[in-house]
Amino acid sequence: MKGEPQTILLAHGSGGQLSHELVERVFVRHFDSSILAELNDAAIIEFGGFNFHVPGSTNLQPETDNLKLAFTTDSYVIQPLFFPGGDIGKLAVCGTVNDLAVAGAEPRYLSAGFIIEEGLPLETLERVVVSMAETARAAGVQIVTGDTKVVNHGAADGLFINTAGVGVVPPGVHLSPSNLRPGDLILINGTIGDHGMAVMMQREGMEFGSSLVSDCAPLNGLIADLLAACPGAVHCMRDPTRGGLVTTLNEWATAAGAGIEIEETAIPVREEVRAACEVLGLDPLYVANEGKVIVAVAPQAADQALAALQAHPLGREAALIGQVTDEHPGRVVLHTPLGARRVAEMLVGAQLPRIC
Amino acid sequence: MKYIDEFRDPALARRLLEDIVRRSTRPVQFMEFCGGHTHAIFKFGLRQMLPPTVRLSSGPGCPVCVTSATDLDRAIALAGVPDAILATFGDMVRVPGSRGSLQEARSRGADVRVVYSTLDALQIARQNPDRPVIFLGVGFETTAPTVAAAVLQAEEEDISNFYVFSVHKLTPPATRAILDAGEVRLSGIIGPGHVTTIIGADAWRFLPDDYGMPCVVAGFEPLDILRTVAMLVEMAEEGRPAVRNAYGRSVRAEGNRTALKIMYRVFEVGVADWRGFGPIPDSGLVLREEYTHRDATRVFPVEIAPPAAEPKGCRCGEVLRGVVEPPECPLFRRVCSPRTPVGPCMVSAEGACAAYYQYGEET
Repeated sequence: MKGEPQTILLAHGSGGQLSHELVERVFVRHFDSSILAELNDAAIIEFGGFNFHVPGSTNLQPETDNLKLAFTTDSYVIQPLFFPGGDIGKLAVCGTVNDLAVAGAEPRYLSAGFIIEEGLPLETLERVVVSMAETARAAGVQIVTGDTKVVNHGAADGLFINTAGVGVVPPGVHLSPSNLRPGDLILINGTIGDHGMAVMMQREGMEFGSSLVSDCAPLNGLIADLLAACPGAVHCMRDPTRGGLVTTLNEWATAAGAGIEIEETAIPVREEVRAACEVLGLDPLYVANEGKVIVAVAPQAADQALAALQAHPLGREAALIGQVTDEHPGRVVLHTPLGARRVAEMLVGAQLPRIC
Repeated sequence: MKYIDEFRDPALARRLLEDIVRRSTRPVQFMEFCGGHTHAIFKFGLRQMLPPTVRLSSGPGCPVCVTSATDLDRAIALAGVPDAILATFGDMVRVPGSRGSLQEARSRGADVRVVYSTLDALQIARQNPDRPVIFLGVGFETTAPTVAAAVLQAEEEDISNFYVFSVHKLTPPATRAILDAGEVRLSGIIGPGHVTTIIGADAWRFLPDDYGMPCVVAGFEPLDILRTVAMLVEMAEEGRPAVRNAYGRSVRAEGNRTALKIMYRVFEVGVADWRGFGPIPDSGLVLREEYTHRDATRVFPVEIAPPAAEPKGCRCGEVLRGVVEPPECPLFRRVCSPRTPVGPCMVSAEGACAAYYQYGEET
């Protein structure tokens, strides 16, 4: 009963504490990269200190202007492949675009790798690819390289997609949890839990949740507007995907050694999402999002930031939900609607429906 | 879904709290039987809102937590029956038996599936006619009727590969066991709302009759629970114990007769092994003789080793009996966390230790 599990459990992929430990103990340890060890959504690579060799010249070109690239990758194994509001292809583009955008980068180029189970209808693949193309166009990125592998029946669940992406970080933009300061205000661009509940309802064939729609969307346009509206004032951003809002806030609190306070009544949750969560005994605070960004902003710029979010179609329901504090470092504390305060801890694995 | 807000209204909550403060003159301790209540009480931060004279303690009502290590070891062994699919509810896959959990068995190749309802398990059986599908039936009177209904459905459709391993338990006998043991001084019981929807509020009349103990059946919203506490305080102050129903929108005095009829058509009362208590006579549900061909433990006699000793220092048993609070356990937070749970109360979201850990102590 005691000790660490010695095999990989599904819970290792849930985005909770087990996922974090797997990353730290296996990947970060062996890959041994200081950039990886920052564990941001995207790696930020600076080319400023390098000398570039110019073809045809024997001279080394002197130091160029600082060029900061953001580089990220993500794999998509979602079932069902198609769900209300999106599909695995749209998700694969949005997820990578958003990981770049929350790092402050302008997403430019994506790769797409497909692992296809034999027997997948060509029509299904094509629908997914068309969706990826449309989403990439909407996000203003190009898919410029790719790979295809076909595996035996049973070795993959229909279709898995990996995307990687690069983007350019504009000069002066530096976003990181280490920038969080007591007093910073925390904003979100809209309702939480839509994606996770839409997919769960579709997967389980629960009819009462059929009105739910994933929020899956590329956020780079919204984020560009935000950064333009309050230059220098945005300290950190994250897209709260797996593990939901509270997991991401806990990651911030841990990384920054700061405390975070959130107001439960201020967090936008769609009524249908709340209802579906109630029925299953889940908490929307831990449910995945695919079109949301959490923003930590200097208090004096919060109004402009909120206005910029609300002016964008993907941010109409943006809200101020909390604050960074120097109290209770490393912990997220939630104010309940009844006026009580409680800790909102990270989950260990995936949320499961209640029995009792 | 607007109705949720009505049961979370801050102004009404304040009024109920004022009522509790006004009535409460001497220290009382109420036990919430149900793990769902424990979870709600912590999630909404209700303990810290109550006056110091009113203490709440958690009881054994987390069905996952009270499943004995032996029963879990047997479930893991059943998952290893050749070609078998073992289906069960959420948290069960995480709870450690004495040698590992179902999720560890799954990662080693056993086909263990989480289902949302017993009928999903039946559907798996329909889709896999060549493989035995064993449903690990866990839970109290709330879930047992649905399992019974699935058994009857399997009979009707002649789905011969559907089996049940029943570790279902009955709540009133466990409540009696706590009161009989006398380890914890209680002034009232917060009755489990979902269970009582099935068994009926009358099923708790033994509390005032035999033990002089007030009982109020509660719903799961903050106002439900505060109203329940107010009613319990009132009865405790006045010394007039009775069973009262603060969950009238769901609970009737006689319960759900249809559900009970189905439940007892398939199951009969028998001994059950409770973690923290040991065997309690007449506290479990076993398949009736005419359904032995559905009883996984009879159809697939698996060998299990005697359970390994309970982990040293773990006080889950006492937590389940309401004798200690989770932070009184020497392992709590130091060794035992949801990531490396030593005992079951830390595993299940409905367990008292997990609720303490997840939502923190009063800040």
